[in-house]
Amino acid sequence: MLTPAEERSIARILEEKRALPGALLPVLHAVQDEFGYIPAAAIQLIADGLNISRADAHGVVTFYHHFRRARPGRHRIRLCRAESCQSMGAAALEKHVKNRLQIDFHAATADGRYSLEAVYCLGHCACSPAITIDDQPYGRVTPQRFDELLAAETGK
Amino acid sequence: MGAEKVAVGIEIEARRRNVPVELVRNGSRGMFWLEPMVEVETGAGRVAYGPVTPGDVPALFDAGFTTGGGHPLSLGPTGEIAFLKKQQRLTFARAGITDPISLDDYIAHDGYRGLRNALEMAGADIVQTVTDSGLRGRGGAAFPTGIKWKTVLNAAANRKYVVCNADEGDSGTYADRMIMEGDPYVLIEGMTIAGIAVGATRGYIYVRSEYPHSIAALNSAIATAYERGYLGPGLLASGKTFDLEVRKAAGAYVCGEETAMLESLEGKRGMVRFKPPLPAIKGLFGEPTIINNVLSLATVPIILDKGAEFYKDFGMGRSRGTLPIQLAGNVRHGGLIETAFGITLREVMYDLGGGTASGRPIRAAQVGGPLGAYLPESQFDTPMDYEAYAAIRAVLGHGGVVVFDDTVDMAAMARFAMEFCAVESCGKCTPCRIGSIRGTEVIDRILARTEHGRNVRLLRDLCDTMLNGSLCALGGMTPYPVLSALDHFPEDFGAEGAKVA
Repeated sequence: MLTPAEERSIARILEEKRALPGALLPVLHAVQDEFGYIPAAAIQLIADGLNISRADAHGVVTFYHHFRRARPGRHRIRLCRAESCQSMGAAALEKHVKNRLQIDFHAATADGRYSLEAVYCLGHCACSPAITIDDQPYGRVTPQRFDELLAAETGK
Repeated sequence: MGAEKVAVGIEIEARRRNVPVELVRNGSRGMFWLEPMVEVETGAGRVAYGPVTPGDVPALFDAGFTTGGGHPLSLGPTGEIAFLKKQQRLTFARAGITDPISLDDYIAHDGYRGLRNALEMAGADIVQTVTDSGLRGRGGAAFPTGIKWKTVLNAAANRKYVVCNADEGDSGTYADRMIMEGDPYVLIEGMTIAGIAVGATRGYIYVRSEYPHSIAALNSAIATAYERGYLGPGLLASGKTFDLEVRKAAGAYVCGEETAMLESLEGKRGMVRFKPPLPAIKGLFGEPTIINNVLSLATVPIILDKGAEFYKDFGMGRSRGTLPIQLAGNVRHGGLIETAFGITLREVMYDLGGGTASGRPIRAAQVGGPLGAYLPESQFDTPMDYEAYAAIRAVLGHGGVVVFDDTVDMAAMARFAMEFCAVESCGKCTPCRIGSIRGTEVIDRILARTEHGRNVRLLRDLCDTMLNGSLCALGGMTPYPVLSALDHFPEDFGAEGAKVA
């Protein structure tokens, strides 16, 4: 369930974006930017606001990897799994990160502090392996550098 | 890599020492192993220092780097660095030189000369110039840009669109990002020229959500272009109109496929459309639409500025002009190499790239993204040209080169290609949706030595079905990395595979 304030936020976003041609993705981005994810209860409101079926809205949310349906951790870590990063040890880094945070991909730590996502290419392939922490990209990340970055950027 | 911390460090140190410094956060030159790189404007031109860490800043001031003073990190005049000197930068002429978000800087470096020429020309003449230049789609499909534009020009409609495909999902590629972050106006200018050439009044740039900095740079540049009359109604007092908007993608690789991208822009699931009708006839919202990659559109301004002949003089055969190669993976000197078609992979990886970062021998290179073939040493001397690559069942694609040393397990890479296809398939056609899952299973059985010979044959048969039966390049090209790994590195799939295959 959404609080009245949350419902008002969604109504405001719909009001702002409704007139755009092909408004659904811009609306979903705005909702996720504000809430951190797409709450299940928001889907019906969005569908009503754009005059599409709930199934259509749900189908779009589930199609795109970017849209989350659960609240993420306070710090979002994305780790590249693509070929270039693999050639520079991304698999070992992946193992280290999962071990360090004690979570798998697309999950959040029990304390809600971090969530981990797999991505296929961040476009920093000449500085592989690459990750982002809260949308800030970092290159040539070794397990040791990851620990340093985590401490420096998120205070742990 | 920490450039912002270096920049702040320089500002603080300059204030502390009372040295007047005008700091510009310019885009990347594309020499990533030297980054963060600091360039200093001196009487004798630009001098580079790198890679600079915040800790190096005081020592650089001690060495008098603000006047080009010597220091262990000094790289000498930037233009003389061999990696850059061997290149021919046309599309990337300004990258790393100008302040990306300064329109004045853009104009001072020959910006908007192409558009001014185009505004004096008839639409059909602009299209002819692009056709004559020999420019082919740099997104990967290499379709002649001018022919595509001509189809849209000749389509009768009340409304037409220009869509820029900036969903640069191919691993090992980052040239689109470098343009958007390093020289965003060149893309805006290219799209504006495309719009006036075919009579389209609205453009969209579909940028992947993994590129937040690109989105910010483009939005800032677009806002300035509107303020100064380079976008919007009455374009530079020409009476023409062109509106431009950035749309953020949502992390679906398949949306780099042009028809899936149109669906996404329309607010739907990114499902591939059947062709025909071509997007040039019935594209975005059912209207005629030019869809081009960032690099294709960003190359248009220099063609309209310097003429078709100038651009055509670069390259070989039917591959005219320059190819921005993105060298990545396990390589010492990774970065952007824009050069005429015809250079070989060996020159790229050894002469410019300096071999592997690990110091081990290069075993394979994947060219053209996750759907590109793996090339073995015996193919490193093939000239990089669309036709020459097609002849060896490889693709240049978007120009990404990912280098692997001899520790790579090629069977694992083949399996990854199938796994990636399974994750990213839009699900519309069966060969891609089911074939990719079955592909990972068959490779697992091959590696477990279960009926090895039979399963290798099955994998080839499956690849044949995907290659010929898929709706788009995702399912249709996943066999490229799989089959090339199997053909050139059978030993990684078990010795028996070498005989059977």
